[in-house]
Amino acid sequence: MDSSGLGWWGVLLAVVGGAIRVSTPFLFVSLGECITEKSGRINLGLEGILIMGAMSGYGISYLSGSPWLGVLVAGCAGLALGALHGALCGLARVNDIATGIALMIFGTGLAFFLGKPFVQPKAPNLPSIPFGWWSDSPQVAAALQVNVLFILGLALAFGLHWGFSNTSWGLALRTVGDSSDAARALGYPVNRVRLMATAAGGFLAGIGGSFLSLYYPGSWNESLSSGQGLMAVALVIFARWQPLRCFYASLLFGAAGALGPALQSVGITSGYYLFNAAPYVLTLAIMIATCSPHRSLAGAPGELGVTQ
Amino acid sequence: MTSSAAHASARTASVPAPAMTDANRRALEGAFWPIVSLLAAMVVFGLFVALTGRDPLEMYALIYEGAFSDAFAWQNTLQRAAPLILCALAVALPAQAGLTIIGGEGALVLGGLAASVVPLAVAGPPLLVQALMAGCAMLAGGFWIGLSGWLRHYRGVNETIASLLLSYIAIALLNHLVEGALRDPASLNKPSTRPVGDANMLGNLPGIDVHPGLAFGIILCLVLHVVVRHTGLGFATRIAGGNVRAARLAGLPVGMLILWTCVAGGACAGLAGMVEVAAVLGSANATLAAGYGYAGILVSFIARHNPLAVIPVAILIGGIGAAGSLLQRRMELPDAAMLVLQGVAFMIILGMETMTGRLKFFQPRGA
Repeated sequence: MDSSGLGWWGVLLAVVGGAIRVSTPFLFVSLGECITEKSGRINLGLEGILIMGAMSGYGISYLSGSPWLGVLVAGCAGLALGALHGALCGLARVNDIATGIALMIFGTGLAFFLGKPFVQPKAPNLPSIPFGWWSDSPQVAAALQVNVLFILGLALAFGLHWGFSNTSWGLALRTVGDSSDAARALGYPVNRVRLMATAAGGFLAGIGGSFLSLYYPGSWNESLSSGQGLMAVALVIFARWQPLRCFYASLLFGAAGALGPALQSVGITSGYYLFNAAPYVLTLAIMIATCSPHRSLAGAPGELGVTQ
Repeated sequence: MTSSAAHASARTASVPAPAMTDANRRALEGAFWPIVSLLAAMVVFGLFVALTGRDPLEMYALIYEGAFSDAFAWQNTLQRAAPLILCALAVALPAQAGLTIIGGEGALVLGGLAASVVPLAVAGPPLLVQALMAGCAMLAGGFWIGLSGWLRHYRGVNETIASLLLSYIAIALLNHLVEGALRDPASLNKPSTRPVGDANMLGNLPGIDVHPGLAFGIILCLVLHVVVRHTGLGFATRIAGGNVRAARLAGLPVGMLILWTCVAGGACAGLAGMVEVAAVLGSANATLAAGYGYAGILVSFIARHNPLAVIPVAILIGGIGAAGSLLQRRMELPDAAMLVLQGVAFMIILGMETMTGRLKFFQPRGA
């Protein structure tokens, strides 16, 4: 299905459709990181968790025949790795940023090691809902194939937005993240809240990874993820730790990620690698535009080291 | 009461100067925990390998055989240790100023790319061309990591994320140029830049079959150790790394201190790229991004960002890498296994930080 017949409209359509598809892993990872960072800790290892989720989800889907079981197992793998990060960082003097780097290497290595047998076989993929049924144009129909996980992610963004400000665990999370002293004075178990927040973040990142291997691109190989997990960390800063803004930002990043393939489809291939680097440049540009050395960011959890 | 105090003072007076000063204890502890961590990592990874139905003892014997058993193995090990030393410096130096930089891979790639362009533009005696190649590579690498440091200090952008993003951008630039403007039409299967030419290749060090990258790395480690530990610049840098507010109050130029470590560290990684091009690959291509930059992060953390300790740690990690192909052939252990080992070692090293100061033996006794 090439969109060359539609010219530049085809590019736009492919970018819109791509934004919906490509944004889903960003959405899950950024929501996960949002929970973790709200607790005052940063997990840079979500990249490793994402890859581990992609591998385990694909492997389980292939072995069991059920992609949804794959999604669940991917989440559980992420949960385990997130809990590992949370537990390590709960020890005195252990740096969360460095531990994240280690987790990135560990998760990637483990996924490549265990995923070797799954590079060839074809696993059943996740279903999608054809929202473009009303259109005769195959391009429109293709662009509006929306995966169930995307809708789940959107619902989750609304749910977290509500939960952060309206539930007791949301209050506990925000208190622990803003001032561990105040949280301790109120009797919240600071380390346990952070451990649970990091594990929950890992769970969501694992699900985001399973989307990569089970829907788009829809297969498992070692070049599947290219920094989405890390970009999602920057995305959370851009989104000012608000779940709904995470959703918009994910769409923006998805669109940037879809730019390269969309241009390729109309025959512009010369700058292929440069267009594929668009999300990295966008991330960097956004961080430069939003950060400042003189003040901490509005909305930043007070205990978060990454914003000083 | 008084008698016991008198007794104590009499005892300290009679005892000769202690064999171990507090500084010695600190240094010993700095080496002790990383070694314990590495042993623990070997045990954990051994269990992991055993779970996959392989014999861990056989694996460690093979690692020794492939890394350190004979001259050939040592040569392979040192060849890999050279870029690791240089890339580890790209982490260790900014760490002195309190920055966590993980973009060495990008600086290496850009350094290699810059070096590969020089022979196209300059013709002259090999030594001149090589010097220019090294200079350009160091400038490119220094600029790339310097950018992360600049963004950190002047724009408040987190340097860890920025340096990794810049790494991805550098690799995209390499691929773009190698498959486009700089592509050698003769490189069909594997797009590369034009070869730098046999005359411009770096020969081996006298006496051993190892390229000069090893000498560059060791010399830079020694020089930077002296700079960091024994000069005013190094002292000021470590103050800025320990406590930015105190450094500002003391009137230190914190921004410049951050910048010099980043530029110097990046230049080291850039030089590693030049050595890979001019001593190993012969031209710049996608294989430049072989993961030395990422492994260098691990080396620097195991060495606790101490330039001198970087050398033995890089040799150890280089040796494990050198044994990788042997493990693949004899035990069918995929190369990703080495990544798992690195990850396990890294996590245990970091977790072990919590033990610092917990053992009585290492606690200061005022001597």
